[in-house]
Amino acid sequence: MPAPTPAKGRGRRRALLGAVAAIGAVALLAGCSTSSGAASSGSDYEKASKDTKATLTYAVWDENQVKAIKANLTGFNEEYPDIKVNVDVTPFASYWTKLQTQGSSNTLPDLFWMNGPNFQLYAANGKIAPITGEVKAGAIKPDEYSSALNDLYTYDGTQYGVPKDFDTIGVWMNKALFAKAGVAMPSKDWTWDDFQKTGAELSEKLHADGAYGAAGGMDGQTTYYDTIFQAGGNVIDKSGKTSEYDSAAAEKGLQFWTDLIKSGASPSIKQLTDTTADQWFTSGKLAMYQGGSWFRSALTGTDLEKDVVVYPLPKGKEQATVIHGVSNVVSANSKNKVAAQALQVYLASKQAQQQQGDMGAVIPAYEGTQDAFTKTMPDADLQVFLDAVDYAKPLPVSKNTAAWNTLETNLLPSAFDGSTPVDQVAKDLATKMDTALGKEK
Amino acid sequence: MTIHTERNPATGTPARTQRASGPGAPGTELPDAPRAGRPPRRTDGFWPWLFVLPLLVGVATFYIWPIIQTFWYSFTSWGVFGGATFSGVANYVRLLSDPQLYQSLLNTVIYTVIVLLGIPIAVWLASLLNTTGLRFAQFYRVLFFLPYVAMPAAIALVWRIMFNGDYGIVNWFLGRFGIDGPYWISTPGFALLAVSLVGLWSSLGFSMIILGAGLKDIPPELYEAAELDGASRWRQFRSVTVPLLSPSIFFVVIVTTISSFQLFDLLYAILGSTNPVIPKTMSLVFYFYSAGFIDNDKGFAAAIAMVIFVLIGIVTLVQFRVQKRWVQA
Repeated sequence: MPAPTPAKGRGRRRALLGAVAAIGAVALLAGCSTSSGAASSGSDYEKASKDTKATLTYAVWDENQVKAIKANLTGFNEEYPDIKVNVDVTPFASYWTKLQTQGSSNTLPDLFWMNGPNFQLYAANGKIAPITGEVKAGAIKPDEYSSALNDLYTYDGTQYGVPKDFDTIGVWMNKALFAKAGVAMPSKDWTWDDFQKTGAELSEKLHADGAYGAAGGMDGQTTYYDTIFQAGGNVIDKSGKTSEYDSAAAEKGLQFWTDLIKSGASPSIKQLTDTTADQWFTSGKLAMYQGGSWFRSALTGTDLEKDVVVYPLPKGKEQATVIHGVSNVVSANSKNKVAAQALQVYLASKQAQQQQGDMGAVIPAYEGTQDAFTKTMPDADLQVFLDAVDYAKPLPVSKNTAAWNTLETNLLPSAFDGSTPVDQVAKDLATKMDTALGKEK
Repeated sequence: MTIHTERNPATGTPARTQRASGPGAPGTELPDAPRAGRPPRRTDGFWPWLFVLPLLVGVATFYIWPIIQTFWYSFTSWGVFGGATFSGVANYVRLLSDPQLYQSLLNTVIYTVIVLLGIPIAVWLASLLNTTGLRFAQFYRVLFFLPYVAMPAAIALVWRIMFNGDYGIVNWFLGRFGIDGPYWISTPGFALLAVSLVGLWSSLGFSMIILGAGLKDIPPELYEAAELDGASRWRQFRSVTVPLLSPSIFFVVIVTTISSFQLFDLLYAILGSTNPVIPKTMSLVFYFYSAGFIDNDKGFAAAIAMVIFVLIGIVTLVQFRVQKRWVQA
């Protein structure tokens, strides 16, 4: 706000009061216009003819992948020379706000990226088109992708999205810190117990350096969702209507992190709020970081890179990891649905995904196109992330995932820092989460 | 409700019939007589309206109309993709019984009070900078103003690092005096204090510029006269500077209060979106944001926005009432 130019004497006072009035009138309110649209939910699909003419919009949020997308589009245009595709990049922070506004006025982009937490909202409101027709016609073959990913994009028995890429969770190990502490590297076939003990031992030996053996945190995808699955539990039931936080297995999965902090193996929740687990690891102060495959890009080119090796997540009652990935969805109200589906089909092909994998920063979803990823850090055994697909569970989501994600961040810290018994917090969380799920529309 | 001051609240005279006093007459009071040579007219026809039309259209479209809409939506329940259905006062009933409203209100008030404490500091600093013969005064002014023009997100990021419990410079500094600093941004209470201090610090520059301009307008003769009468520096400050500066101080108080009530970006950027202290630290606007954009409950969020709107209106109105007692014309 520019400072008003003060006039002299009385006039100045008036100028100031006038400016005050102007500012007072400026409220923080802003509204969006609404229009509820009837959504067609046809599962029809017809193969586009070679001379289809159309201009499509393809909305994405990652600028880094545009180069690979453009390469894909060149291939697509060899097949359909008259379909022009505009790639619309919106940064992730505003991507969903924009989509929601477009969804309200039924002007969604013809084809766009979808993620797990937002998927059901769009599917349940009939904003995106099912891929049933394409699957029936054999144009898209779900078998070629991880079944957990197909599940993630299935709502009410109908699949809407074609997986484009994926990420799984593993343990990033700093070999140099193990050597410094004089602790032997554990076996790759390890259990919860091995993880807890190794973590505590490392923390004790590295105490003088201010370094830790392992770390929890408030990111469910890389921490407590995994352990809940490993304990044989679930965060949310299959129908997506009830929380399962109050189950014995879920409580065990949460207890894992409380124990890890209590034994001193992990920094406290406060410490982890100030400095997140990945930051502890990249500063060389954390020996074992449980993190996603995407963390690779934070390591390439750093001094740490040569000391890093990846382990699979330790086994609880069973072996498990969370899997998540982006998918391509077609707008249900697209005016060029035939052309949009043609593009969706092309991007789902082995050829397109191979190209994505070779050029991009992501692991492509199509089976057998992922070698490029493992070759980026040949000594780190990135294969672990690909092998994890076999026992992966989809990221827990519902129609309004963000609402109960907030409950998790608000309530779970008191369980992790030991100030409230885990079962009590879990029950409280389950009750509140059920209320939030009940409000979903 | 609008905070309306087409009129000078002290005299009740419409502001547009008044004008700045002529040059060379600061501090001199002239009667509010119409200027000679331009007889007063009842109406100027439609011409004046034509000139303010562009502004009027903008204000009506982007402020007045959304306010009316928000008022309406606060009585509805929203689907995620639009489609509001009337739900009566349900949103307000739920809002008033939600403890989070009162927690957020309390946090906002605490933040505002702490940031307002910066105004005496700004008065003091501005008068220091106004000392005659001060070298590099311009340089200092730029220095103090820098935080105000810097991006709030950038400021917040830097402070977040400085407040880091393990590696932050704030705790390192406290450690030099044997004080074991807290985890500033992850301990309830301290987190609000930390955000408030940054708010205070970043508003200093703006307040100082306004107050500095006010100081420049105080005629030096008054100080000379006071000195002849044997008034000490402190007495001069109290009896000459503060009264003559009071319109500027009032302006700064109002602006600071309103902007403090709208605290959001600083809080959001310093604490981060997954900080466990958020429920105990959130401001009213943060509460609005989380209802509207995290819970997707836009009707409820509209009700919160109306409450914030009315609160700011009341606070500003009270300030205008009270100012008659202490602001010197």
